[in-house]
Amino acid sequence: MATTIPEPPQIDRLTDRGHTGNGNGNWNNLVPADGNLREVMDYSPPPSSTAIWVVLFAVTMMFAAFTSALIVRKGSSQDWQSFTLPSILYFNTFLLLVSSVTLEVARRRVAAFMGALRTHAAQNSTASPARWLYITLFLGLLFVAGQYVAWKQLAAQGLYLATNPSSSFFYLLTAVHAVHVLGGLGGLIYCIRKLHKSTLRRNALVATARYWHFMGGLWVYLLVLLWMKL
Amino acid sequence: MHDMSVHAVHHAPPTTFIRKHVFSLDHKVIGKQYYALALVAAFIGMFLSWLMRIHLAWNNAAIPGLQLLSSTGAPGGIMTPEYYLQLLTMHGTIMVFFVLTTAPFAAFGNYFLPIQVGAEDMPFPHFNMMSFWVTFMAFLVLMSSFFVGDGPTLGGWTQYAPLNAIGSVGGPGQGAGVVLWAISIGLFCVGQLLGALNFITTTLDLRVKGMSLMRLPLSAWAWFITSCMGLTAFAVLMPACILVILDHVAGTSFFVASGLVINDQMLPHSGGSTLLWQHLFWFFGHPEVYIAIVPGLGIVSHILLANMRRPMLSHRTLIYSMGALAILSYMVYGHHMFVSGMNPFSSLAFSFPTLVITIPSTIVVLIWTFSLYGSKLRINSASLFSLGFISMFVSGGVSGFFLAQPSIDIMLHATYFVVGHFHLVMGVAAMFGIFAGTYFWFPKMTGRMMNETLGKIHFWMSFVGAYCIFMPFHYLGMAGNVRRYSSFVDDFLQPLIPVHRFITIAALFTGLAQVIFLINLIHSRFWGAAAPDNPWEATSLEWSTPTPPPFDNFGGKHPIVYHDPYQYGVKSSVGDYVMQTSPEQVVTEHDEK
Repeated sequence: MATTIPEPPQIDRLTDRGHTGNGNGNWNNLVPADGNLREVMDYSPPPSSTAIWVVLFAVTMMFAAFTSALIVRKGSSQDWQSFTLPSILYFNTFLLLVSSVTLEVARRRVAAFMGALRTHAAQNSTASPARWLYITLFLGLLFVAGQYVAWKQLAAQGLYLATNPSSSFFYLLTAVHAVHVLGGLGGLIYCIRKLHKSTLRRNALVATARYWHFMGGLWVYLLVLLWMKL
Repeated sequence: MHDMSVHAVHHAPPTTFIRKHVFSLDHKVIGKQYYALALVAAFIGMFLSWLMRIHLAWNNAAIPGLQLLSSTGAPGGIMTPEYYLQLLTMHGTIMVFFVLTTAPFAAFGNYFLPIQVGAEDMPFPHFNMMSFWVTFMAFLVLMSSFFVGDGPTLGGWTQYAPLNAIGSVGGPGQGAGVVLWAISIGLFCVGQLLGALNFITTTLDLRVKGMSLMRLPLSAWAWFITSCMGLTAFAVLMPACILVILDHVAGTSFFVASGLVINDQMLPHSGGSTLLWQHLFWFFGHPEVYIAIVPGLGIVSHILLANMRRPMLSHRTLIYSMGALAILSYMVYGHHMFVSGMNPFSSLAFSFPTLVITIPSTIVVLIWTFSLYGSKLRINSASLFSLGFISMFVSGGVSGFFLAQPSIDIMLHATYFVVGHFHLVMGVAAMFGIFAGTYFWFPKMTGRMMNETLGKIHFWMSFVGAYCIFMPFHYLGMAGNVRRYSSFVDDFLQPLIPVHRFITIAALFTGLAQVIFLINLIHSRFWGAAAPDNPWEATSLEWSTPTPPPFDNFGGKHPIVYHDPYQYGVKSSVGDYVMQTSPEQVVTEHDEK
């Protein structure tokens, strides 16, 4: 029985043409004065590369606003009551950071799998390149579940959203972050689906990975902020 | 033409009515949808202003039918003070968000930015579609507050704390009305962030070959700069809206101070900061002023160039000035808070950049003025409204010098002087930018010309009318006429009532001009003369494609750009201009690389 080899996914080449800046034109016009277009470098990054930075900037601004609100609110009144953060948060942090590592492994596995497919070296390989993406997805889901456990632990102590401004900010910041993590999980599911359909583009995976790593970094920042201020 | 390997957006032409006209992915349809939304919003906002003006001028006069809108807010057609404030809040919110942000930026930007850079569409058409429909939902949510509970919020478009967070004890609309307001504006923020994402990536990544950043038309630059501002500003307003909603529905205390007693009722909140809202709001609010006006700067420059038939004094300086305005707009927001009780040194720190921001504004105006000087300007509706824009921008801007001084602002802050200032500089000026854009681009958008005679009548009535409305506002302010009062019963205000009546008549007169505009718009859309591809003999890419543009903008091809967008006043084979897409080399003083 003949072995069926799946069609290799469409993954952009990793070539860097040494061109800095974006757009065909960049800051300087690349069309020479005589209009000979054969001499023109033709390169423009895929919009998803730019878009992910735009998204991350907006997310940064949003959390900057929340941070300034926390600092102003804490400084404006004497009613702030400190409390100890639920210990599960540290375990959740570990999970999220490990998920970043697994995503990087996934990225490399996917790239290697595609390379092998191109050279037909993977004919005997049965390893699914999506495995590490699934592991990342699982860790991400575990993180969100862990955050939910943290909320339940806090509620068990009698600390609810409206109990005190400190608990308000705790629930608010962790919830808004969790919503963003869910967005990242959506990105991972998208990548897995596309990988199975053999239509995953490298840019989509790179953008998802950037977003995911950012979520990890953002969470570490929030944890430090909450640890210092609550 | 070469087959270019730019990252084109491939989505098939729509085949169903829903995909063509409702949930369309086409940036041109989305641009028109934004324009239609802004048009409806503008007429609602203007109608509300008429009601307010009639009430201010003839305080006890019943407005026939008003009781149908709200039987409690306007029993017998005479509006209560609370209902006056509710209308005022809705007027401001509708105009600032759903007209001044939506029309010049989202509507024209959506339609023309991809064409001006030479792209087929925006890079994320689904996000683009979502952007419009989220904005539309935001508008519906805002409008629904007219019909829910005791009506819309009365806290003004700035929704100052603690009034925005104390609930229905604060007056009509302060319960459900505020929550609906915050949900609406929160949704609006999502819509604009999605729009900004597309605008920025379109500008940076989808430019065709030869289209360097410096070869982008000034309108494209303005939309790009505005989208960068919007990205920063709306990402901050959204958290602020979330905090307000939580104060209302979850019992948190972000904005309401301890021990607040209203209507003999002790509020359950504690320790909130009223100033926190002002900081969050104005960090968005001041850039929002520039989000409204910067597209106008670009649109007007673009139109004037096509009518002056010669380049601007300095293309680059105009771009740098718009960029400087955007950056400085984030450093001046505290000038809205001079009377908030913040540290006087903070006032000084905010006063200085406020004065500095006049420098790029002045540079822009001087470039326009000296470029216009000696030019044989083609007089048409679009160029007249562009001149009107400059006039309003300068007239409104000059009073900004005074308001930038904390010591003067303390006197004028809560008066009609401020109302006159911002209506001229960001309201009427931005509206004139929208009108200029409409008369200029209508042929490309619809394939038909607008009636020029009606356009000129519209201009002169609007120009004279707007000055008759808003110049006396400054006089009223200097005479101590407090803003946001629904009636003027104090003795010192009695002599000012005739001025208010004059303003009301001027407002009705100016409103009539807008009805003429609407008739012209609708009539021309269906029965206007057929428009050629390039009726203004303009040079940028939108004029090199058929009218109206095909689904993919350039009929399956990608243009190549050889010149900067404003090669006017040259001798070419087609006349005194050379298109950006023409490889023809002409003798020119300046051609951006």
